[in-house]
Amino acid sequence: MSDLSSGALTEAVYYILLSLIEPCHGYGIMQHVEKLSNGRVRLAAGTLYGAINSLLEKNWVKALDNPSDSRKKDYQITDLGYRALNSEINRLKELYDNGLSIIKETKYEENNS
Amino acid sequence: MKKTIVKLYWAWQFDKEEKWLNECSAKGLHLCDVGVFRYTFEEGTPGAYSHKLELLENWPTHPESVAYIRFLEDTGVEMVGSILRWVYFRKKTVDGPFDLFSDLDSRIKHLNRIIFLFLPIMFLEFSAGLSNLLMHNSSNRFVGVLALSVGCLLAYGSYVIHKKKQKLKKERMIYE
Repeated sequence: MSDLSSGALTEAVYYILLSLIEPCHGYGIMQHVEKLSNGRVRLAAGTLYGAINSLLEKNWVKALDNPSDSRKKDYQITDLGYRALNSEINRLKELYDNGLSIIKETKYEENNS
Repeated sequence: MKKTIVKLYWAWQFDKEEKWLNECSAKGLHLCDVGVFRYTFEEGTPGAYSHKLELLENWPTHPESVAYIRFLEDTGVEMVGSILRWVYFRKKTVDGPFDLFSDLDSRIKHLNRIIFLFLPIMFLEFSAGLSNLLMHNSSNRFVGVLALSVGCLLAYGSYVIHKKKQKLKKERMIYE
């Protein structure tokens, strides 16, 4: 079993896992991630391919047969991947909450240091 | 109409080569075939394609490469040609910007692949060069100097790729 507590997920992996809650193919993931991030994150195909293969190896996602097009492979998140995604969301929440509370408390002003 | 241009780019200049191919496309010359130092273009709409080069882990006909190229094709990327393990890709500019890698790790991995391509050949050239130089025969010496020159060229290429890698690695300390 893979260790779920080992560090931060990359932005690409995080968004790929989020895209695979529903079955989706490679190009669909790229479009979904771009839409989710309002165009900020544009996954390049080579990076996506490498990430999907690593996720398949880790058993965080699985490949499905696409009934409409046998050439295009669909992928979907596994229970293990879902757990990794949840623990990442908790980690991000901690980062976000700490960031906000410290920024709010301090009187640091930009251009005045 | 087809046009062939002979031009020399070393493997460590692949980013310059991509830039040049994009400039050709901007002028309406679209790459349709590649050979050693030889590029064949066909005329078309200016700026229709952007290009990327990649050194694959395996030969382009290897099942893993075939699966990878098929995956890229599904995202609108086209393979134009290949030289050994180097593959030339293009994508229609109307389909948005084209990059093969969007994170630093994948870029560093690709550069490592290039360095590992050079290292064994470099070692071979240096050892062949030195052993030939040690022989007291002018033709052996000539071969020796030739092999050492190729070795030095590859050492320079490895250094160029290494510098690119170091730059990315420094960024990697802060960003992913």
